[in-house]
Amino acid sequence: MVMLANTQGSADVHPQTGEAVSPILSLKGVSKSFPGVKALSEVSLELFPGEVTALVGENGAGKSTIVKVLTGIYQPDAGEISIAGTSVTFPTAQDAGRAGVTAIHQETVLFDDLSVAENIFIGHAPKTKFGLIDHKTMVNKAKALLDRIGARIDPAVTLRDLGIANKHLVAIARALSIDANIVIMDEPTASLSHKEIEETYELVERLKAEGKAILFISHKFDEIFRIADRYTVFRDGQMVGAGRISEVSEQELVKLMVGRSVDQVFPKRSPQLGKEVLKVVGYSHPTEFEDIGFSLRAGEILGFYGLVGAGRSEFMQALFGITKPSKGAIRIDDQVAVIRDPNQAIGHGIVYVPEDRGKQGAIKGLPIFQNVSLPSLKETSRKGFLRLAEEFKLARDYTRRLDLRAAALDQDIGELSGGNQQKVVIAKWLATKPRVIILDEPTKGIDIGSKAAVHEFMAELAAEGLAVIMVSSEIPEILGMSDRVIVMREGRIAAEYEGDELTPEHLVRAAAGITEVRS
Amino acid sequence: MILSFLKSREAILAGAILVLVVAIASRFPAFVTPANLANVFNDTAPLIILALGQMVVILTRCIDLSVAANLALTGMVVAMLNTAMPGLPVPLILLLAVSLGALMGLLNGLLVWRLDIPPIVVTLGTMTIYRGIIFVISGGEWINAHEMSDAFKAFPREVVFGLPVLSWIAIVVVLGFVVLIGRTPLGRAFFAVGGNPHAAVYTGINVGQTQCAAYVISGALAGLTGYLWVARYAVAYVDIAGGFELEVVAACVIGGISIAGGVGSVGGALLGALFLGIVKNALPVINISPFWQLAISGSAIIIAVAFNATSSRTKGRVILKKAEHAA
Repeated sequence: MVMLANTQGSADVHPQTGEAVSPILSLKGVSKSFPGVKALSEVSLELFPGEVTALVGENGAGKSTIVKVLTGIYQPDAGEISIAGTSVTFPTAQDAGRAGVTAIHQETVLFDDLSVAENIFIGHAPKTKFGLIDHKTMVNKAKALLDRIGARIDPAVTLRDLGIANKHLVAIARALSIDANIVIMDEPTASLSHKEIEETYELVERLKAEGKAILFISHKFDEIFRIADRYTVFRDGQMVGAGRISEVSEQELVKLMVGRSVDQVFPKRSPQLGKEVLKVVGYSHPTEFEDIGFSLRAGEILGFYGLVGAGRSEFMQALFGITKPSKGAIRIDDQVAVIRDPNQAIGHGIVYVPEDRGKQGAIKGLPIFQNVSLPSLKETSRKGFLRLAEEFKLARDYTRRLDLRAAALDQDIGELSGGNQQKVVIAKWLATKPRVIILDEPTKGIDIGSKAAVHEFMAELAAEGLAVIMVSSEIPEILGMSDRVIVMREGRIAAEYEGDELTPEHLVRAAAGITEVRS
Repeated sequence: MILSFLKSREAILAGAILVLVVAIASRFPAFVTPANLANVFNDTAPLIILALGQMVVILTRCIDLSVAANLALTGMVVAMLNTAMPGLPVPLILLLAVSLGALMGLLNGLLVWRLDIPPIVVTLGTMTIYRGIIFVISGGEWINAHEMSDAFKAFPREVVFGLPVLSWIAIVVVLGFVVLIGRTPLGRAFFAVGGNPHAAVYTGINVGQTQCAAYVISGALAGLTGYLWVARYAVAYVDIAGGFELEVVAACVIGGISIAGGVGSVGGALLGALFLGIVKNALPVINISPFWQLAISGSAIIIAVAFNATSSRTKGRVILKKAEHAA
């Protein structure tokens, strides 16, 4: 595609024309901290007109933080943002929009019940001289915008009736309607079909031709190498590499992404594997995953790695009986088990600690001890009546094991910090005395101290003979904790690694679908 | 323990009721005679019973607008039965009323659970349907005192240990709810479903089923109240207890039961109902037009909700402070 002849060592020269270009947007020394976490540490980033810069990095590398800094949602603690050489600040999202920066998010932020034209122009609709919305002009302008990006969408239809890909196009048209020069695309192809992805690439080419500077965030190496002109790699909140895409290989990019200074210490384990507890054969779902099969032994920690949307959580939900598989079988202790609702799963000794604590884990309004006892009420009650003292005792036993920091167990769970809420949720499940525990992103969004406690505890559980399934998108955590790792990609098992094969490169390659795994 | 009780919503509401009663008593001492207070309680008994039923529905993030229509239809059915078969014993009538009411509640619950229709739409629909059925079966006719048997009319008014049976039933229902809410897995499930339906699912609680159970309880109590109401006032017609569902919801809201679900208590619902009952009974005494009652209960609702909103907001600040402190 992009041929490079005489640009070696001169990053400021346009690859095709050879003319000198200066970055339209540049970030220098930008830092951003949150309580307990340094999300960005003196990063720099440059975007050039008419070029696509791919931003790559693992989950937690600071990609979404930089997007929020660029769109005025977060204010950097230090550093400078300049547009076309002039230093700027974005106190609000509107300021970023006015400066010509727009972002198209993974989850498009649009209004389902408004028309396409209304979605494109909401907030800056053309007005008649009486101050009313000029519908005709709006529809015509929308049509022109959609034509410009090659989208065959009727501006009058309701957004709800469009597919995801077309919704993306509307979001892009909206971005263009505010005359943005800098377009941020956050994993635009994550949930699209093959054909839709091709259309997105065409669109990116059009935007390039119009001279827009594009920041393209993606986990997919094939597309990065296909459409990007430049790359910037983030790791642990730092910029660790940047340059022309033609001057880097996949191998080098993966190395930059994962080659980390290991600042996290994981508990030392000497796994004592018992007999097989769980065997899953050919589990399939009409839309989310297909042909998932594995076996799990007592005392084992099995990691599930993959990109967001690879179907890991969806599979776990089916395993727990929340959704129904279309095919497949489960054997527990070599006995056929049928799981059609969470109660049956709990009955078979399988418990699931979901990813989203706030949404799926903690029940606010109930005190800590009642959160813990909720799935164990059959054991703590007698003749159908609850015994609060028993519940309290159960909660005390299990929260003590997890080193929960709370003023009192009858405190509302909502008053605890994220890490402590997570501990309550885990205590709740342990209290059911499970055989298999599924931990979905167990340390997402919690502080380092709580993370270490959760890891320590996972190791203890495995040592006690529990079979642990850990879904995680953090490579250090997966590598540091798992005895064996299954990598999922697009709803299927892409690879399984154990022992010496457990390397960051293997995981990233399998998850991203890079075929030549062994080079 | 005592301090946290004093800071609770219930304590504040109880204080407000006390201030109200003292204020009335300072000008009209007759209002606070035990006999009159017993009267006020008896008068409020139907509201208390219905408010408790409504409470469990609201706890699960639903609402039951059909309670008053359910009450009226059950009342009409038992009144017609009594006219047709005056010999029917009261316990059997009670059983019939509760069952019929529960059946209507079950219909609400199944529509919400199985068809996933929004609760407000379901009960708005069944409310109209139930009222319509009363008209169809009665032909719009009234059933008057002289058509009802003496035993039928006497039951709620019979005085046992100094209080009418109606009052005693309300007391028994309150005690029953204390046990149901605080001491049974179903009671706990109501809070879990309302507090976080997603988490409830992961815990193995069937959200729809729990909501359906709440509707059945609310319906059964509406049916029970239907008989008591018709027998006490000795009349049944299409429009009895018209609009009463709003008073029931108001009692819950004033009592601190969160419309968003998951928060509430038996004491709150009881006090909310008592507050409205006292206002309603005191206004004629202090010579204020009963039409003011609407304005007063309306204001009480807004004050209660605003109060709950601000009190939970300060709590949020405390959490933030704590988080900052911890970090």
